Amino acid sequence: MQNNLIIKTEKLTKRFPMGKSEFTALKDIDLELITGEFSGLIGPSGSGKTTLLNIIGSLDSPTEGQAIVMDQSVGQLSAKEAARLRKQSLGFIFQTYNLLQVHTVFENVELPLLLLKYSSSERKKMVYDALDWVGLTDKIKQKPPQLSGGECQRVAIARAMVKKPSLVLADEPTANLDAANSHNILQTMEKLNEELKTTFLFATHDEKVIAYLKRKIYLRDGMIDKIETAKNDK
Amino acid sequence: MIKFLLKGLFRDKSRSLLPLIVVAIGVMLAVFMRGYINGIMVDMIEQTARFNTGHVKVMTKAYSDNMSQAPNDLALTNVSELKKNLRNDFPDIEWVSRIKFGGLIDVPDENGETKSQGPAMGIGLDLFSPGSDEARRLNLERSLVRGSMPDSEGEVLLSEDFSRKLDTGPAKDVTLIGSTMNGGMAIFNFRVAGTVRFGNTGMDRGTVIADLQDVQHALNMDDAAGEILGLFDSGYYEDETAAPVVRKFEDKYTDENDEYAPVMLRLRDQEGLSIYVDMSKSMGFIITFIFIVAMSLVLWNAGLLGGLRRYGEIGIRLAIGEEKGHIYKTMIYESVMIGFAGTIIGTAFGLGLSWLMQTYGLDISEFTKNATTGVMMPDVVRARITPPDFYIGFIPGVLSTVTGTMLAGIGIYKRKTAQLFKELET
Repeated sequence: MQNNLIIKTEKLTKRFPMGKSEFTALKDIDLELITGEFSGLIGPSGSGKTTLLNIIGSLDSPTEGQAIVMDQSVGQLSAKEAARLRKQSLGFIFQTYNLLQVHTVFENVELPLLLLKYSSSERKKMVYDALDWVGLTDKIKQKPPQLSGGECQRVAIARAMVKKPSLVLADEPTANLDAANSHNILQTMEKLNEELKTTFLFATHDEKVIAYLKRKIYLRDGMIDKIETAKNDK
Repeated sequence: MIKFLLKGLFRDKSRSLLPLIVVAIGVMLAVFMRGYINGIMVDMIEQTARFNTGHVKVMTKAYSDNMSQAPNDLALTNVSELKKNLRNDFPDIEWVSRIKFGGLIDVPDENGETKSQGPAMGIGLDLFSPGSDEARRLNLERSLVRGSMPDSEGEVLLSEDFSRKLDTGPAKDVTLIGSTMNGGMAIFNFRVAGTVRFGNTGMDRGTVIADLQDVQHALNMDDAAGEILGLFDSGYYEDETAAPVVRKFEDKYTDENDEYAPVMLRLRDQEGLSIYVDMSKSMGFIITFIFIVAMSLVLWNAGLLGGLRRYGEIGIRLAIGEEKGHIYKTMIYESVMIGFAGTIIGTAFGLGLSWLMQTYGLDISEFTKNATTGVMMPDVVRARITPPDFYIGFIPGVLSTVTGTMLAGIGIYKRKTAQLFKELET
């Protein structure tokens, strides 16, 4: 990767058709993130943060400009190539955990490794490591309905981290958690960021999350309003 | 991945149990219906073959042209010679002579005056020759209601209902009033040995069963017979077996210019039986097709419901990089597993039901009371389990599950990954 650049967007614009006209969700976004950042897209609803996260996560493509993620131009990837990028290099954390309810904690975390065709013994070790990072090795046989919200989100983090991706994208990861659990989750992610050098990019408007971010990219009406490199003020 | 899918399948009952039940019920019905309808069709065809048409039938050309009238004046002559030749030419077929005749049965009182009379349809068949299988073929012994089987010349069997109607029975004398082969009047006394119930309303209404030689004697038909029936060793009619037999027969015996020359008809060419033969052949296909369509629709629906329930799961799998094609394939693998499991269960139950129906049957005599078709409908219909019943269910079972899943799974391809974050957060 060029100069440790993990994400680079140039004049990134995204428009959505809206009836006969178009709605511009992102306009001329120029952004660079280097490996190991712990940063977030901050803004109110409709500011374009999820759209930008979608494009960076190769779930969508830009209308104009480009988004280069790990040296791959997202707009030029086929559906298969985009899926491969997500499978190999990206981790996702959602607001509502999205764990598979009938599978155990172990199996939920194991899923990304099955797609990467790791051997059984490798998978076992990697899942244990991931659950160790989030402090859930004692819950491996439990299923999501038996876990608290905080525990579910930690399982989701383990699932996102288990393959040691270069980049983790988290959309409002603490929205469904109370303050104590939110801090716990954020500390876990901060620790992983420091220990594994994984890049984290959040989309949030939660003050608790914002307090942990080392770089804050404020969006307003689809454009970058300001970027702050903040001291840790949690 | 297969293990992962299996775990999900076993644990998520709504994902596996509903389709499994649908497949099992569908397959059970398909297997049962096939066995049942096959049983009815084959029973009808074979009963008609045994009593009336044979699997192939030899007659004179003129008799064949007026077959419905059983015109014995146009009967085959030199039958022993012809049968000997037929046995040589077609050793895998059993050849039996039959004479159908009509007449009036007169029952005298103690003074010899007519007590009662009734029109009867008669069949003359070989009851006494050593090794003759005719009585067994027509199931006469087991159909006896009163009296015994004829064991000497001049003894006949009457259908039970007919016998009751005429107020006669075993050990009583009756007189046949009919016409000879030459058009003369035939009056011949018989003694009733027993009464039988054929289980066929038409025949039970007025039938006389007599030994062939007695009938030949009564109707002046020495070494003559209206019909020679050929019955395949396999016990079942098959077009594939009959066609070459007819060809070979025609090459040797048929003479277009001689109306008394023998001709051969296949079972399917008699009594409008072709439709039944074709139906019995295509029934498996028809039933399988109906069940594939019906079950596919149900399973498509079940798949759509399952798809809604698994919206989150599929969304997360797409997000973490599983390709749409791979998800689609895994859903099809799941459906194959459910299809196989459901089919095995359904086939077991379907065979069980068929066995019950084969063993105990269903009495439909009320519905066939006034039947006028040339096909002999048995009063008790039974299923018939054949080897295809053991595997035929796999076609609708697996195919419909896979088709239903394929239809329901198309939604995966329509799903936009750009909406995943939104969808997965609701």
